[in-house]
Amino acid sequence: MNILKEILIPVFWVGGLGTVLGGLLAVAAKIFAVKVDERVALIEEALPGANCGACGYAGCKAYAVAVVEDGAKTNLCPVGGKPVAEAVSSIMGVAADDNIERMRAQVMCSGSHEFAHKKYAYAGAEDCICAANLDGGDKLCPNGCIGLGTCAAACPVGAIKVCDGVAAVDYTLCIGCGLCVASCPKQIIKLIPYDSTHWVGCMSREKGALTRKHCGIGCIACRICEKVCAFDAIKVIDNIAKIDYAKCTGCNMCVEKCPRNIIWSVERQELLGLSITKDELAVVSAAKK
Amino acid sequence: MTDILLLMFSVILIENFIFSRFLGCCPFLGVSEKPATALGMGFAVTFVMTLSSAVTYAVYHLILVPNKLEYFSTVVFILIIASLVQLIEMFMHKYIPALYSALGIYLPLITTNCAVLGAALINIRSKFSFIESVVFGFSAAIGFTLAIVIFAGVRERMAFADPPKAFRGLPIALVAAGLLAMAFSGFVGMSFS
Repeated sequence: MNILKEILIPVFWVGGLGTVLGGLLAVAAKIFAVKVDERVALIEEALPGANCGACGYAGCKAYAVAVVEDGAKTNLCPVGGKPVAEAVSSIMGVAADDNIERMRAQVMCSGSHEFAHKKYAYAGAEDCICAANLDGGDKLCPNGCIGLGTCAAACPVGAIKVCDGVAAVDYTLCIGCGLCVASCPKQIIKLIPYDSTHWVGCMSREKGALTRKHCGIGCIACRICEKVCAFDAIKVIDNIAKIDYAKCTGCNMCVEKCPRNIIWSVERQELLGLSITKDELAVVSAAKK
Repeated sequence: MTDILLLMFSVILIENFIFSRFLGCCPFLGVSEKPATALGMGFAVTFVMTLSSAVTYAVYHLILVPNKLEYFSTVVFILIIASLVQLIEMFMHKYIPALYSALGIYLPLITTNCAVLGAALINIRSKFSFIESVVFGFSAAIGFTLAIVIFAGVRERMAFADPPKAFRGLPIALVAAGLLAMAFSGFVGMSFS
């Protein structure tokens, strides 16, 4: 009898406590139930789920909540671009806003170890911002890629790697969120339209003679590209060639005529890999002639 | 009153939960990558630990002691802490959404935080009164928060360090935690009674 008592009493109290707490939680779940707008879940599903924050919100869920509750615009996701903006608009039952174009990041520097001249040997922390604080980095060019991979660390999808002292974006992986653009202390990463094929791989705003001293490959503002372009799509502004993507047709004239080989095309990048050497450049120059 | 202040001081610094009792080491290493998240975790722990100290004290003295079930305290306390965390989470989701989204993911993690259970058990073992129990729970959590926030600051600096490959990540974090614990061990042996 005593043994029975010693077993039954604890079973009663502990079991009872568990039942009471369980019941309490069940009741509380009913009382404290929070209605969640089902559109939030639908929008969250429609979004890419990269949680990159390029829309200006803390993540895809925060953006979905903002769309439903605060009436945020439906086209803020640069990663998903047009299809996602349309999907979000149809969930919300509103007309699609002017859709934003899908973009990709491009590092506007070609100054690999082979070409860019150094002013000192940097041996500090592996971080571009730290290096940039020391007289703007180890490269002579004030607009050169420092190449320590701060952008690669910022990339949420691992699309950036540093090749031969210059960061390079793998455009097949890039989602165009722009986090690398914000992370670069040199501001030499730009977003260009996703389907654009050409870009100027230099940001040097120095005069041509000075750029020659800094780097073996930089843009010297000779304006040859400006002259050969039949579509008025490339202009030299502040000693650097700039492509107007609304006008560029991808005819490749500028790439062929550029004496410094600083204008890149997707084809040329695929041919040479992510960074180039003087030997490879010689092969390309010979092929041109 | 002085007793209460002395209790707080000794629990926060001398018998810091992480550095001298080694309770709550999991969140200490897991959620200390950034000071902001560490602070969030610290607040969530403070909130739950203070409340659970009060509730477990009441349950122990009103249910377990009269029925001679003291040996069941660990099981019962886990049960209570888990339910309490669930209850608080539901309550906050409904009435304090700002706090809910701030503490969000940390609350469920605390359910099985050994620091919370540790505080409840130490309260009983030290034969604290109700007020002392609540103060103990609160200040132990403040000590926890202090430790985790300091450590998060240390880890943030360490992100730029370049240790040998084998030490990268958690190993070097553990070495840093050891050095930090040594700093706190300077308080050991202080006594106010």
